[in-house]
Amino acid sequence: MSPRRACDPIPARAGIGLRTPHVPELLAALPPVGWVEIHAENYLAAGGPRLAALEQIRRDLPLSIHGVGLSMGSAAGVDAAHLDRLVRLVDRFQPALVSEHVAWSVGGGVYFNDLLPIPYTEQTLARLCANVDRVQTALGRQILMENPSTYLRFAASTIPEPEFIAELAARTGCGVLLDVNNIQVSAVNHGFDPYHYLSTIPAAAVGEIHLAGHAVLDIAGEVLLVDDHGSPVAPEVWRLYAAAIGHVGAMPTLIEWDTRIPPLATLVAEAEQADLWLSEVVGRRSEGSRDGL
Amino acid sequence: MVSELQDLPALQAAFGQALLRADAGPLAGALVSDRISAERRFAVHINTVFGLLGEALEAAFPVVCRLVGTPFFQRTAQVFIARHPPAVPHLAVYGSGFADFLAGFPPAAGVPYLPCVARLEWARVEAYFAADRTPLDPASLASVPAAACPDLVFSLHPSARLVRSPWPVFGLWRAHQQDPVAPVDPGSGGEAALVLRPGHEVTVTRLDPGDAALVAALAAGASLAEAALVAGDCAPGFDLQTALAGHFGRGSFCGVTLARPSPDG
Repeated sequence: MSPRRACDPIPARAGIGLRTPHVPELLAALPPVGWVEIHAENYLAAGGPRLAALEQIRRDLPLSIHGVGLSMGSAAGVDAAHLDRLVRLVDRFQPALVSEHVAWSVGGGVYFNDLLPIPYTEQTLARLCANVDRVQTALGRQILMENPSTYLRFAASTIPEPEFIAELAARTGCGVLLDVNNIQVSAVNHGFDPYHYLSTIPAAAVGEIHLAGHAVLDIAGEVLLVDDHGSPVAPEVWRLYAAAIGHVGAMPTLIEWDTRIPPLATLVAEAEQADLWLSEVVGRRSEGSRDGL
Repeated sequence: MVSELQDLPALQAAFGQALLRADAGPLAGALVSDRISAERRFAVHINTVFGLLGEALEAAFPVVCRLVGTPFFQRTAQVFIARHPPAVPHLAVYGSGFADFLAGFPPAAGVPYLPCVARLEWARVEAYFAADRTPLDPASLASVPAAACPDLVFSLHPSARLVRSPWPVFGLWRAHQQDPVAPVDPGSGGEAALVLRPGHEVTVTRLDPGDAALVAALAAGASLAEAALVAGDCAPGFDLQTALAGHFGRGSFCGVTLARPSPDG
């Protein structure tokens, strides 16, 4: 394999989640996006067109690898074979960012293909920290951990979620992947203030932001939001995003779309909207520094 | 019960069982109910797990789905998921047991060729994700002396999958690549199909019985002479030259070695 550019950093711009239906169009002409993110678990095959296409895209765009299957919150620890698969993928494609979730998805020899919630307790925090340490050691780099969208709360939970995540970052040195849509989904589902949540997240730990659409379920007159990544980013999520980049600064921002995948142009338009917000924050900050002189 | 579920391993074991049984009952007390009950909240995860895995199976087995219709396919898929959930976080390999499951699934017995079609579709998935190798260039055999040809041992391409069926599996599969489906008589006899991905495209080729026997023998490590004998036994009119030309053309092989001469020369 030809040597590649080492870890091109991801710019504080909008990127898009790379989805298979968009690959031919992306290969034909690069869209105006700053970077792309892949789900690690879609690229674990021995060979085939998908990996070949990623090799080509990787030459032109910075890459982030987002794991959805390491099951960081598993009581049984992280699966050695799967960690090894991730290490090999990261070695091969040299992404600028690697991220995973504050969630679990593997237990009792079953992969549930869903990001399942964990109780926020000292026991879970210790387990999660141990798992993050193990992954960061195996990869020889920092990973970002994403705040989850949740539908359930556990009676056993004793620590508010943003404090739990702040403590995880403080203890392990991991970064935070701030999913703004997830904050909104969980805030509505559990009735907390998303802006207060945001203010509790340690700004310096955040290394990436995710944006996506959610579905609105009506359950006997009660609203439950479902993080299905199947629609445009909701207006209230854009507002929360503006507050988020005000809090943490301009950050690489990903548009995720996984169900009812639209034409590539729709994703690119969402990314352009995020870029507008980002340039506004940068503009405000530079104005602020001029005022200070 | 509830106090046991304070412990993370016990909680996750119970949570996983509840998901696969689609029943939040055993988690009662561990989950908080408020304006929406814990059961309704838990149902979001049940729907995600079974919904996304069902979609993954439908994407892997589109012809099986067309043969039985989406509602029946999805009901079948849900039973398969509950009994055989994925073992590893790599959905490209989820579905390897689906054909065998269909063979033992009484509600699908009315379509007896369904498992064979599923085997062919799974072979295509495996070929798509198989290791990349450049197919063997037949010109590389030019220097082999004629006397050595019987001892050649061909390596099948890593993507090669042979599907042999008592049903016309190739015809059934191909008929469903178009709309409307051209009718195929399931009773028209058995067929074998060779699935390959020599480059970026997966190909499916119908093989004559002798050729299928040849490929099966080569896959088992037989030399060309040994494989040709098996093929000739299987199909008396078998023509090795024609079969080899076909395999070179479609990229069935990726390497060749010389068998060690047997001790008796």
